This record gives sequence, C-alpha cells and structure tokens, in this order.
Amino acid sequence: MTIDVTTHYFAVFRERAGCETEAVSTSSHTAAELFEEISGRHGFADKRDRCKVAINGALARWESAIESGDEVLFFPPVAGG
Amino acid sequence: MAAKFAITSDPIDPDALKRSLEAAQAGACVTFEGWVRNLNEGESVDALEYETHAAIAVSEGETVIAEALERFSVVKAECVHRVGLLAIGDCAVWVGVSAEHRGAAFDACRYIIDEIKNRLPIWKKEHYGKGATAWINCATQ
Repeated sequence: MTIDVTTHYFAVFRERAGCETEAVSTSSHTAAELFEEISGRHGFADKRDRCKVAINGALARWESAIESGDEVLFFPPVAGG
Repeated sequence: MAAKFAITSDPIDPDALKRSLEAAQAGACVTFEGWVRNLNEGESVDALEYETHAAIAVSEGETVIAEALERFSVVKAECVHRVGLLAIGDCAVWVGVSAEHRGAAFDACRYIIDEIKNRLPIWKKEHYGKGATAWINCATQ
C-alpha cells in the first residue's frame, strides 16, 4: 500500500534534490525507510544517523510511522554556532 | 526565571543583550560570542551563510535554555543565533547567563552553546575565493 506525503529539503539536501519540496508516493512506512528511499534517489551523501527528521513541524524519531498527508522534513548534519 | 532563545537576520548587539541578564541577586555573568573567522581547516573563508528552519530551531533552542535553567543554579539565560550572509568578524551566536556564582554561570553557558550546536536545525555554508562553497559537517559527494 502506498501513501502520499510531502517531503521538504534543507541546505545541502535542497541543493542535491534541486527543489525545496516534493509530493512523494511511497511504500515506506517509517521516516527512516522514506529517508533511505529519497536519499538513494537524490544522491544524498550523509548517513542517516548524522541527520535529523521532523514530521508535521516537530522533530521526530527515525522509527516514527509516516501517514498519508504528512509533511516530512529532512535535515542534513547541523552546524550552528 | 526568564527563558529566551531567538533567531535573527539582524546584526547581534552583545552589549544590549547583556543588559537583559541583569538581576540584583546575580553575582556572576558569563557570555559567549561565536564569530565568523577567516580560516577553517586551512581554507581561506570570505563569508558564511547560515540557514535554519526557524520554528523548529526556536522550539528546540527554548528547550535547551529551559534545560540549562533546570540543571544549573542560574538566574537568567538567553541565546540569539543569527542567520543569513555573515562577513568575517560578525557575531553569529551569542549566549549569556547570569547566576549567583560563577561556577553555574560558566557551566550553563557551556551547556547552552554545545547543545545549540548539536541539536538545532541550523546549517552553515562557507564561501571561499573564486566562488567555491561548502556546507560544514556535511559529506561531499
């Protein structure tokens, strides 16, 4: 069963993807699975454990379930300060 | 107790921010300023560009400040992070803590800057001579 989500990319991920946001139909059911799928398609070079994910505006765990209509934000390794 | 974290695209004014830490019971004030430097890992840097997801950065930044207030015996703690295109010497981040005693002020200030750097969705792109750029901490292809 596929679900429809919207993905959002930031910094180096946005540059690699060539867009800020995408409508994605996926058979992934967790944020981690979706990341691996998207990462492979766009050639993201950073390992998942160095990145972060937010779902519907709040930081989330990689094992979080995703559902149709979710806004999934992928954050590359951070570098504040 | 005041808890405050902000993202700004305007220049940071450390003197003005420091005044907000004043309190009659505070005997110590520790501040930290992160500045844009002209050299990183041997590369000459012309400018730094900061990007953020502001809503999540503010939410997580406020959580960090609240944690510092809970863990350390401090009176006030604040942090401001700048985003946008910054020049060499600009203040990119400011952390300020006031406390009764210096130990807690140093510890809380260190805690806040370390957690801010590790947890907030903020990214930094270095601009080098001849138009080259690189995202810090991110893998290259």
